[in-house]
Amino acid sequence: MSEPHQETPEELDRANARPVDEPAPTGGKLDEPNPSPVRGEEVLLEVDHVTLRFGGVVALNDVSFSLRKGEIFGLIGPNGAGKTTCFNAMTGVYRPTSGTIRFQGESVVGKKKHEITRGGIARTFQNVRLFPEMTALENVMVGADAHHKTSVISALFRLPRFWQEEKSGRARSLELLRFVGIAHRAGDVSRNLSYGEQRRLEIARALATNPTLLCLDEPAAGFNPAEKEELLQLIRKIRDTGVTVLLIEHDMRLVMGVTDRIVVLEFGKKIAEGTPAEVRDNPAVVAAYLGVPTDAA
Amino acid sequence: MSEKASFRSNGGVRGWYGRQPAWVQWIVIAIALVLAFLLPYAGDIPLIGPQIVTEGIDWPSALFNMSYYVLLALGLNVVVGYAGLLDLGYVGFFAVGAYGTALLTSPDSVLYADTGWKWLMAVPVALALTMVAGLILGWPTLRLRGDYLAIVTLGFAEIIRIFATSTTTLRGDRGFASIPHPPGTWNGEPIFGVTDAVPYFWLGLVVIILVILGVRNLDRSRVGRSWLAIREDEEAAEIMGVRTIKYKLWAFAIGAFIGGLGGVLFAGEQGFINSQTFVLQFSILVLAGVVMGGSGNMAGAILGGALISYIPDRLRGISLGDTDLYEYRFALFGLVIIIIMVLRPQGLIPSRRRAMELKDREKEVAPQ
Repeated sequence: MSEPHQETPEELDRANARPVDEPAPTGGKLDEPNPSPVRGEEVLLEVDHVTLRFGGVVALNDVSFSLRKGEIFGLIGPNGAGKTTCFNAMTGVYRPTSGTIRFQGESVVGKKKHEITRGGIARTFQNVRLFPEMTALENVMVGADAHHKTSVISALFRLPRFWQEEKSGRARSLELLRFVGIAHRAGDVSRNLSYGEQRRLEIARALATNPTLLCLDEPAAGFNPAEKEELLQLIRKIRDTGVTVLLIEHDMRLVMGVTDRIVVLEFGKKIAEGTPAEVRDNPAVVAAYLGVPTDAA
Repeated sequence: MSEKASFRSNGGVRGWYGRQPAWVQWIVIAIALVLAFLLPYAGDIPLIGPQIVTEGIDWPSALFNMSYYVLLALGLNVVVGYAGLLDLGYVGFFAVGAYGTALLTSPDSVLYADTGWKWLMAVPVALALTMVAGLILGWPTLRLRGDYLAIVTLGFAEIIRIFATSTTTLRGDRGFASIPHPPGTWNGEPIFGVTDAVPYFWLGLVVIILVILGVRNLDRSRVGRSWLAIREDEEAAEIMGVRTIKYKLWAFAIGAFIGGLGGVLFAGEQGFINSQTFVLQFSILVLAGVVMGGSGNMAGAILGGALISYIPDRLRGISLGDTDLYEYRFALFGLVIIIIMVLRPQGLIPSRRRAMELKDREKEVAPQ
């Protein structure tokens, strides 16, 4: 497995130089497609004929798609289409009934959740799941700890590795809080953060695990248009640091504006795949979202 | 650092302490330590002194009892308070520490011909044994949660006790006598004798201080963060890369180690142990102490541990008319616990985080 990408301070500074509320230099409006400059053809994650059944319910039915390194990939579909289930299968929460999921050429099926995270897949949750009584900084530091090697013994006796990792982990966590724009809340208990700040904190915590692939589960849920625009900028900023982003989203405008490619799920099946423009014009997708019969269109 | 500032804004004694510069904090700690070491002479204080000291039992002995109860409370606090694992069989580890010492040192032990060690030599082996016991219990059971774990640990303590009662090697009620005392002489006299309990209390105090420093170091590191994350959302913690099983096992092993320390000290002071010592009531009492003092907070655990030992000892020898209050010690003690838990459900000196978790849970139960 390749070395996980780590943002250098310079990269983060560059990213921080532009305030969040200012439009990004690359393509501004929500519905303008914005191809990723760093997109390669190298496959990062491959979902290979995955089927997942819960008793008689087929949550995912022979779904296949693959993510390329450096792109922003959208996973969309109506409620109950199996998007989050798909996420959970990737991050080890569920085990596919059949089929495999390969990340950087290696199967993740059967791996432990924390192993998958350290392997380079980080995620946020549809319903924010922070550690509510920990400060924002501590939340991010839990993520940063994923790659730390301080043992219980070196923590107990305060050996050099402890000091070194605690210091670098703290510095990096503060950097990430600045990166997502909530550095001023570092010392506040996370339950006291506003909803939008909590969503950003979750992203910072996930980024702290040094992911190659960041999975965002409906990060814009409950956001107003201005907040959505800010989130869009943030997602692009994350992509620009070299992290591949997988985005589950309801809001079609947001997805169309930021993603390079999209897969559409409905009732656990893949019904379309392609660029935002292709997907938008696909009659099956229109039908799935608007309920128009395909033959009538 | 800004994240400390938000904690410092709180009022009360802790708020005051947190706002002081480092040198004031050191002086406060130094004074507290000196006072702790002078506790055996509390009876000499005019007026209040005689009210504090126990009457029915030698005051230094009562203090020593308090010291190993405090140790047990500190250890159980790691398991219950930090990692959030309900352990009802904590006395099992205390027993393993004490029996480990007895087997290696007492002339009654079947191993005596081969070992017959001094107390100090037996200590590391007995402690290693308790940690192994912690791992053996933890490994298969830590996949269980909440109530299920509590029942399994309950079973563990009973197994240890019944094993000690029934096997000939562990001698049941007859127990082990002549367990050697800790080493050292002063002016040609052994420091740790049979008449004066003060040195034992001081030894206990030193061990307590070392344990506090160790647990504090762990708490303020990735270990403490992992425990807290596990307690708050175990699945989210694992998805963020925390090896949950590993850290829960460490909590168990560290808790077992501290419990074993209590057992080793106890065996060294008493010189005699048998299976009657390690009854289930003991586990419940220590757990009550932790919860009463304030789960998840070391100061709370210390206070709780001291009180569960002090209250019954203080009631000894006091009579109301014809009835000896000692007979009713657990009834009175239960009453005290009920009153404290009604008035301060978060404990006497609560952990701020625990108190907030408790409040959150109240809101979930009764939404406004």
